[in-house]
Amino acid sequence: MIPAAFDYVRAGSAAEAIDLIGQYGDEAKFLAGGHSLVPAMKLRLAQPTVLVDIGRVADLSYIREDGDQIAIGALTRHMDVENSPVLAEHVPLLAHAAGHVGDPQVRHRGTIGGSLAHADPASDLPATTLALGATYVAQGPNGTREIAAADFYHGYFTSALAPDEMLTEIRVPKMGGAGWSFQKFNRRAQDWAIVGVAAWQRGSECGVGLVNMASTPVLASSVASAVAGGASAADAAEAAAAEADPQADLNASVDYRVHLAKVLTRRALEASAG
Amino acid sequence: MDITVTINGKTHTADVEPRTLLVQFIREQAGLTGTNIGCDTSSCGACSVHIDGEAAKSCTLLAVQADGCSITTIEGMAGDDGSLHPMQQAFMENHGLQCGYCTPGMVMAATSLLAENPNPTEEEVRLGLEGNLCRCTGYHNIVQSVLACAKS
Repeated sequence: MIPAAFDYVRAGSAAEAIDLIGQYGDEAKFLAGGHSLVPAMKLRLAQPTVLVDIGRVADLSYIREDGDQIAIGALTRHMDVENSPVLAEHVPLLAHAAGHVGDPQVRHRGTIGGSLAHADPASDLPATTLALGATYVAQGPNGTREIAAADFYHGYFTSALAPDEMLTEIRVPKMGGAGWSFQKFNRRAQDWAIVGVAAWQRGSECGVGLVNMASTPVLASSVASAVAGGASAADAAEAAAAEADPQADLNASVDYRVHLAKVLTRRALEASAG
Repeated sequence: MDITVTINGKTHTADVEPRTLLVQFIREQAGLTGTNIGCDTSSCGACSVHIDGEAAKSCTLLAVQADGCSITTIEGMAGDDGSLHPMQQAFMENHGLQCGYCTPGMVMAATSLLAENPNPTEEEVRLGLEGNLCRCTGYHNIVQSVLACAKS
């Protein structure tokens, strides 16, 4: 399968990329690792007329401490997130979840920024960064702005990014020794989650993100409230789907998804309890 | 667009359409047909090659993305004298292939795995090959081959 024809330009910096995408308009797309976009283009589900390749913007690949947060460059590959000693120490949930994206070949090429900007609710990292209370940094022609992960996802493959804005950095709070768990239910190791749960707990504080339970990743606030109120893992998990709006597909009915969300949330809460 | 890609140590320069997939470039421009196209949807791993030493799926990359990169395909694994790469030898000795269609991708993924984790457990081998499918379901001997290569 071959993508529809397009023009290809290469950007050497974020500023140049934003300038180029501004010139070409709404039908242009950024190309990072390409491991969400190229498959969609091969299936002709996406037919951008111009690709602005940002894959060589080397200064957007980094992971570093910044006060009580970890700053991750948008072009950092999944493999580098997975194997980062800084993340292993401060945000182990994110490093672990990155190791569940696709397979090693995909993780060698795909980037965290690409995955988040693609805004696929079935992807692992949107829900994980949502659970962690991450902030995304977007750069546009008029400078940069910060967008809370909770405000970023608008619907299937739709985000708060303007057409001429580029995701440049992901800022994740340090977990401070919180317990955590990532539960991914699928039939083959490399598949997207049928349902997934990313959770952390520290004392009565708790964050739970759901994968593939709505048209966006879902922050399961009712679960966090129940945990804060002293509910058991089993009781809190009963509220797992309160904020969700799952759809049926080939893999699962709505009822089955709700069932999975409760079971996986209970497991995640039990595994992440101090 | 003009691109230059080094494949198995040989430089290939060509004017390609931006939509040319890397696997097409390898098979049709460079004439190296050992890299197979299987699912064509980045699931099966038959098209795996090394890009600057790391396994990647060449059906899911544009050739222009590999401009300036060094690529190794299955044809580049054996020595100049025809002696098999230790991973190829291990696959042969452990009956790690049946129909052989997935084998080039398996060998490329397995060598990339050992480069990152030279002494994997059996579970780590199985996880490390999660991106490669064998339709003969010959996974047992494939895993044994990789473990044997790691030991040798």
